[in-house]
Amino acid sequence: MSYVQAEGPVPEGRGPLLQVKNLSVHFDTPDGVVKAVDGVSFTVGRGDTLGVVGESGSGKSVTFLTVMGLIDRRYARVEGEVLFRGRDLLTMPDEELRHIRGDQIGMVFQDPMTSLHPMYKVGSQIVEAIRAHRDVSKKEGLEQAIELLGKVGIPRPDERARQYPHEYSGGMRQRAMIAMALALDPDLLIADEPTTALDVTVQAQILDLIDRLQQEFNAAVVLITHDLGVVAEHCDEINVMYAGKAAEYGTRDDVYYGAHHPYTWGLLQSISRIDRPRTERLRPIRGAPPSLIHVPPGCAFHPRCPYVMEVCKVEVPKLIAAKGKHASACHLLLEEKERIFKEEVAITS
Amino acid sequence: MTRYIIRRLLWVGLVVVLIVFLAYVIFFLMPPVDPARAFAGKRPTPEVLETLREQFGLDRPFYVQFGLFVKRLVIGDEYGWPGFGFSYATRSPVREELFQRALVTIQLSLGAAVVWLLMGIPIGILSAIKRRTFVDRFAMGFALFGVSAPVFWLGLMFLYIFWQKLGIAAGTGYVPFGENPLTWLNHMIMPWVVLALLFAAFYARMVRGNLIETMGEDYIRTARAKGLSERRVIVRHGLRASLTPVVTMFGLDVGTLLGGAIITETVFNMPGLGTYVVRSVFQGDLPATLGVVVLGALAVSVMNLIVDIVYAYLDPRVRYA
Amino acid sequence: MPGSTASDPSAGRTPLVRLVGVKKHFPLTRGIIFQRKIGAVHAVDGIDLEVYPGETLGLVGETGCGKSTTARLIMKLYDVTDGQVFFEGRDITKLSRRRMRPLRREMQMIFQDPFASLNPRKTVGAIISDPFRIHKTVKKDRIKPEVQQLMELVGLNPEHYNRYPHEFSGGQRQRIGVARALALRPKLIVADEPVSALDVSIQAQILNLLEDLQEEFKLTYIFIAHDLSVVKHMSDRVAVMYLGKVVEIAPGDTLYQNPKHPYTGALLSAVPIPDPIAASKRKRIVLEGDVPSPIDPPSGCRFHPRCPKAQFPTCSEIDPELTPHHRGQLAACHFPLEDQAVIESSA
Repeated sequence: MSYVQAEGPVPEGRGPLLQVKNLSVHFDTPDGVVKAVDGVSFTVGRGDTLGVVGESGSGKSVTFLTVMGLIDRRYARVEGEVLFRGRDLLTMPDEELRHIRGDQIGMVFQDPMTSLHPMYKVGSQIVEAIRAHRDVSKKEGLEQAIELLGKVGIPRPDERARQYPHEYSGGMRQRAMIAMALALDPDLLIADEPTTALDVTVQAQILDLIDRLQQEFNAAVVLITHDLGVVAEHCDEINVMYAGKAAEYGTRDDVYYGAHHPYTWGLLQSISRIDRPRTERLRPIRGAPPSLIHVPPGCAFHPRCPYVMEVCKVEVPKLIAAKGKHASACHLLLEEKERIFKEEVAITS
Repeated sequence: MTRYIIRRLLWVGLVVVLIVFLAYVIFFLMPPVDPARAFAGKRPTPEVLETLREQFGLDRPFYVQFGLFVKRLVIGDEYGWPGFGFSYATRSPVREELFQRALVTIQLSLGAAVVWLLMGIPIGILSAIKRRTFVDRFAMGFALFGVSAPVFWLGLMFLYIFWQKLGIAAGTGYVPFGENPLTWLNHMIMPWVVLALLFAAFYARMVRGNLIETMGEDYIRTARAKGLSERRVIVRHGLRASLTPVVTMFGLDVGTLLGGAIITETVFNMPGLGTYVVRSVFQGDLPATLGVVVLGALAVSVMNLIVDIVYAYLDPRVRYA
Repeated sequence: MPGSTASDPSAGRTPLVRLVGVKKHFPLTRGIIFQRKIGAVHAVDGIDLEVYPGETLGLVGETGCGKSTTARLIMKLYDVTDGQVFFEGRDITKLSRRRMRPLRREMQMIFQDPFASLNPRKTVGAIISDPFRIHKTVKKDRIKPEVQQLMELVGLNPEHYNRYPHEFSGGQRQRIGVARALALRPKLIVADEPVSALDVSIQAQILNLLEDLQEEFKLTYIFIAHDLSVVKHMSDRVAVMYLGKVVEIAPGDTLYQNPKHPYTGALLSAVPIPDPIAASKRKRIVLEGDVPSPIDPPSGCRFHPRCPKAQFPTCSEIDPELTPHHRGQLAACHFPLEDQAVIESSA
């Protein structure tokens, strides 16, 4: 592989790659304080795949934009810690953070059409990313860019590098974005809804590509999405978010075959499944996601929860681990959670 | 691309002809003055008038006159190419005076253009970057002033303050560059600034608005995510995208000005196309008026075409003609 | 259970909507002075379709397949380039606007974007009562109670009659769209991606609402979406489209268990399933490349350049017709898939 390797402190096997502790991101707006993220904690280890699932307003995107330092601190109050390889990104001066962004953490965004600059050739946008962090000539940079485009499955990459984004199809643009995010061999790749704007067959191609590249580049991947189906085949661990907080966290099997939070249950029951007979009626979650300015007191989910108790309206449930890593933020007792899942939610396989 | 240009040039020709035609129609429907009478001098006899009319071809139907005009324009007449004819008022070929005055207007327009770009764009950028700070509010206040103040008032104020009271600027009038470069400059500076102020204000607001909007686009977020310096993000990613509409506006504004900056020329007493055309209309000097009309229409149409080509060069998405 | 689940829905009934050989080409022009036609976008390129009263026909496909264009052709929002459109047995292809007007009461549409499809300057009451005013079906003093009844039917609070769209959430706005479509008690409702823009937890609410309304008002639906799971859940039969043609039609369960067309197989193997074990049990049919442009579709079977089962020269020269297989299934393929091509055992 001729792409450029990173130098620098690499604490092999020493602590997790990314540790988020009690992260809060509040925006001041004329209508009130928007609590986009309100106390979120999780870890990502080397080579892990973490799926972050949530609907609009869950805070999943804002969390990772904050990790990358892409939130304008003049308009947001950020608290907590974001430790990347042991160093707190939140207190780091922007000059230093800039060297980590793009180099050690790469990010891919949702809409590849608007995420690439329409007036520059694709190849030169990738070259720009490389030359921001490495001392290579434009010619060398272009060679590497072409190689990367080939790696992500774009045919005739030397021709394609000289083209503009609008000359690419949707799937190809997303591949190009992935190539750009991986150009500097980052340790962590964050993919924010990478396939939501794409057709389903293209979506499968892109997700497979991410899997393959993860192996090849030995990177950790965070897959942010609203689609529990996408996460099922591509993530080892899953974080379900609701109204700015983590509702549930666990391994893949924990979540799909033994979920402990009513919101997760609701999601699982309300999704149409292609492998189920159509006579099964969907069981939606009643109500609608809450406003982030007027978050319901106690458990934010309580107005929509079929199992709500008095304590839920008053006390915010903490994210507590039940078995191993499997944790949920819900006042129900463990036995109750297991019983409800088995009797009412269970997926037969 | 060449086919596109050819098509556009044909349209330019058509548009100019159409505009001249309309000018003709206006003159025939509402002539300010009977040209033959104006030319003839004091108390002309009917025979003299008749002879003059025949000489100028005024007795022919107007579409014939129009056709002749176009023909002479394209082929040339006895005074040279292009054939603008003979001025009723000055009794000399239109062509020479037209070109002399065009030169003055060009100097005025292009000079002002440079000034307003140098003023407007940096102010717009600064305002966008330092949004909602004192700098921004002050700059936009200035812009509001520039947009609202009438040009003639501004011109007169400038003359009053800088020439009459302070004595540091030259007065009205025009001195050709060949004669004395320094004096030329002296006389040009105030008209340049006055003319530029209005446009600078517009451009500052436009650049500010475009840049703010562009900085909210997704590809700016991607640029930051790549770890680029904020300066690079603003200049190479933000400005590149927000300046393209400015290019379009610039071309059109310059094109319009090239047809004559009437008010500025009048206030500062400059012998440009603006003052020429005003005088010609009031004197009923059809050939002179038409001369300016042709130049003005040509200037705007051609600038339009240039601007479109430049835009296609800047924004690759537009290149599919 | 809404709709008919008979495997052969045609059993002696007249279709409510019928398309025969329908084509829609959008011309592309070029030229210096005069524009001449140099090609066309073959959005819909010869489809035959029948929709029976009371059933839900699902129309599914990826970008450029022509499903949205088909919906608009059925609603006569576009004129066909070729072919015929029948409604209740009557040929409406060349009907004048005036003649079409009364028919428009029988067919209504629900749109995708709940933010863009409602006029932000009109109150909810005005939006829903518009059909009454246009077709003059309800007396002035009866309009408000009718509208409020509709609002209750779709799960909205009738006291919000005078509110504006921006005061509602996405899901509620979609309900407003449904109420408007239902106002004239149409026979047919064409829903073009009605839930794609909504959060997952809200989607299920709207889908259930649509099912309930279908049963209560004996509606016929044409349900269009790119999400195959949702379409399969809602539909009696599903028609799969590719590059302007229908490549397969079958009842939903049959489609999943025994897809015959390789494109259907590829779609099914790519659809995400929120169940890791079930998902991994599928056989993957991987497609190369992207969907070709509808301006210059491939010769013969349009799918042949990407088809893992294509055989030459048959597939590149002859465009396959929709041929019947058992269980009421139709597929346009020279070398259809064997049974259970995607899943190993029936669910």
